[in-house]
Amino acid sequence: MLSYLARRLTESLIVLAIMSFVIFALLGLMPGDPIDIMIFSDPEMTPEDAARLRALYGLDRPITDRYLTWLGAALQGEFGYSRLYNQPTLDILIPRLGNTIVLMGLSLFLALLIALPAGIYAATRPQSLTDHAINLLAFAGISVPPFWLAILLIILFAVTLGWLPAGGMGDGRNFWSDLRFLVLPVLALTIATVGGIIRFMRAAAIEALRQDYVRTARAKGLSGRQIVVGHVLRNAMIPVATILALQMGNLFSGALITETIFAYLGMGKTIYDSVVGNDYNVALVGLLFATLTTLLANLLADLAYTWLDPRISYQ
Amino acid sequence: MSRNSDSPGAPLLAAEAALAAGGSLTARQTFLQRFLRHRIAVASLAFLVFLGLLSAAAPLVEAWLGVDGNLVDLFNAKQPPSPQHPLGTDELGRDTLVRLLYGGQVSLVVGLAAAVGAAIIGTLLGITAGYYGGRLDALLMRFTDGVIALPILPLLIILAVVDLTKLGLPQDLANSETISIYRIVFLIALVGWTTVARLVRGATLSMKAREFVRAAEALGASGPRVMLVHILPNVVSPIIVATTLSIGGIILLESVLSFLGLGIQPPLPSWGNMLTNAQELIWDAPVLAIYPGLLIFLTVIAFNFLGDGLQDALDPRAIRQKE
Repeated sequence: MLSYLARRLTESLIVLAIMSFVIFALLGLMPGDPIDIMIFSDPEMTPEDAARLRALYGLDRPITDRYLTWLGAALQGEFGYSRLYNQPTLDILIPRLGNTIVLMGLSLFLALLIALPAGIYAATRPQSLTDHAINLLAFAGISVPPFWLAILLIILFAVTLGWLPAGGMGDGRNFWSDLRFLVLPVLALTIATVGGIIRFMRAAAIEALRQDYVRTARAKGLSGRQIVVGHVLRNAMIPVATILALQMGNLFSGALITETIFAYLGMGKTIYDSVVGNDYNVALVGLLFATLTTLLANLLADLAYTWLDPRISYQ
Repeated sequence: MSRNSDSPGAPLLAAEAALAAGGSLTARQTFLQRFLRHRIAVASLAFLVFLGLLSAAAPLVEAWLGVDGNLVDLFNAKQPPSPQHPLGTDELGRDTLVRLLYGGQVSLVVGLAAAVGAAIIGTLLGITAGYYGGRLDALLMRFTDGVIALPILPLLIILAVVDLTKLGLPQDLANSETISIYRIVFLIALVGWTTVARLVRGATLSMKAREFVRAAEALGASGPRVMLVHILPNVVSPIIVATTLSIGGIILLESVLSFLGLGIQPPLPSWGNMLTNAQELIWDAPVLAIYPGLLIFLTVIAFNFLGDGLQDALDPRAIRQKE
């Protein structure tokens, strides 16, 4: 178990290292560079000044050199300053990572809370009216453009009914009033996530219901509820856990859209703002945080197998 | 991918009965019979064909209404529906219906082109991994899983702002309107191939053990020849199913990027970029925020149902897993 964990963590680190170079190289291909921005704000700067500044900051060196310099600093915990916020990169990103984890965690929890019973309910009554209705809703959830859904929620709950704020975040003084800002983003992300999980859960539950141990349980005279809870749910969760692990990247993408529309200060919105606003340090570290989050979530889902299915042991 | 449930086993039984009675059903007849049983899929296909034709007829609609879809007329902005503007006008006074239809052209063409591109990449990787197996298979599938697990949207955002002149493209070409179409097709194909790759790999694995493949190998056919001539024609149905199933997601991705201002660039309309300003308009013209999103939603759900129906019709085993 420990050696497995060590191997997985090493793999994650390798992926992270590759990603950091790829992102670093891509950021070098973004329009303009820091010196261009300086020229823009200082019209008296001559081309010679610009060239001297480029040499001073090492921007005229090859990309691999610059990457190694960045990596050396990063390994000592030095991630540079944000251009947009004039603060150390990590001071900006860490609180926002927390906000995103709250948003993603709550949405995923709610989505599972809805999807597991709905998927199993549909699976126990295949081809019934309820099954078709649940299936239709699941398809709708998968197919709705997440940003449009968010806009519709704003039109309904903020513009028409005026119940909830259209966006932004609480000021941190009153927990309950801050919570009101979370409702619409969490709702939007939950709806965007729940459809896929319902479909996976239904398919997995149908597969589990066909197994011999279910027939045995039925023959022993167990009630339908006992069979579903004791035999079907746990076995169906195993394939669903695989899918969930692979959905973490999608969930983050959904969080980015949701955060951007609701002006929720999370990682996704920060990455988007930093890419559009040429804030290289924040964009780079933000993307690495996002990658790390999905990799760790992936690992967590893998570990959930051992708990769900004791036959699997990681040696 | 999991499946939905609209197809009972009845058509299968019908086909078997016909065979037993000495009659014969060609593969195409069986396929059609099964597909037609999936009523939502049939309705979806009809809807998509209708929408495609209507979008293609955008210039005709424009001439018929006597309006110019690109004409900015600020005095007539945000007008309610009228005989000349059946769906009213947008925040710049352009006809909403005509822009929706032109946007439909862009969104559908981009979606289909990106899906085909993704299918080509996915098929190449899937067949190679499945046929050669072993280490190469493990490596390619590890790579596929890695791409699936990555946070794709943030990466696409960076890729979408890459300055093409820094990659050696001439200035005028890099900033032209058409390049935004090619760029988004390329980007989406680059990340959208994973579903196809996995399904094609699975199908290839089951094909490569068959007699006709082993016979071809015994006759000395090279690896690429076996894959192209003998395996590829036999894995066409999973390719079609996976491609159809991925079009919906691809259209969603295009609309998201265009909505964020990183995909199709205005004044060229796409359903996604028509919603870019919607957030400021929800207070005084909420309908402008409704139409484009509704069309994206209906198109994506139709492609998903169509893919589901094709899967049932082409892969009888899929149905068995449903009931």
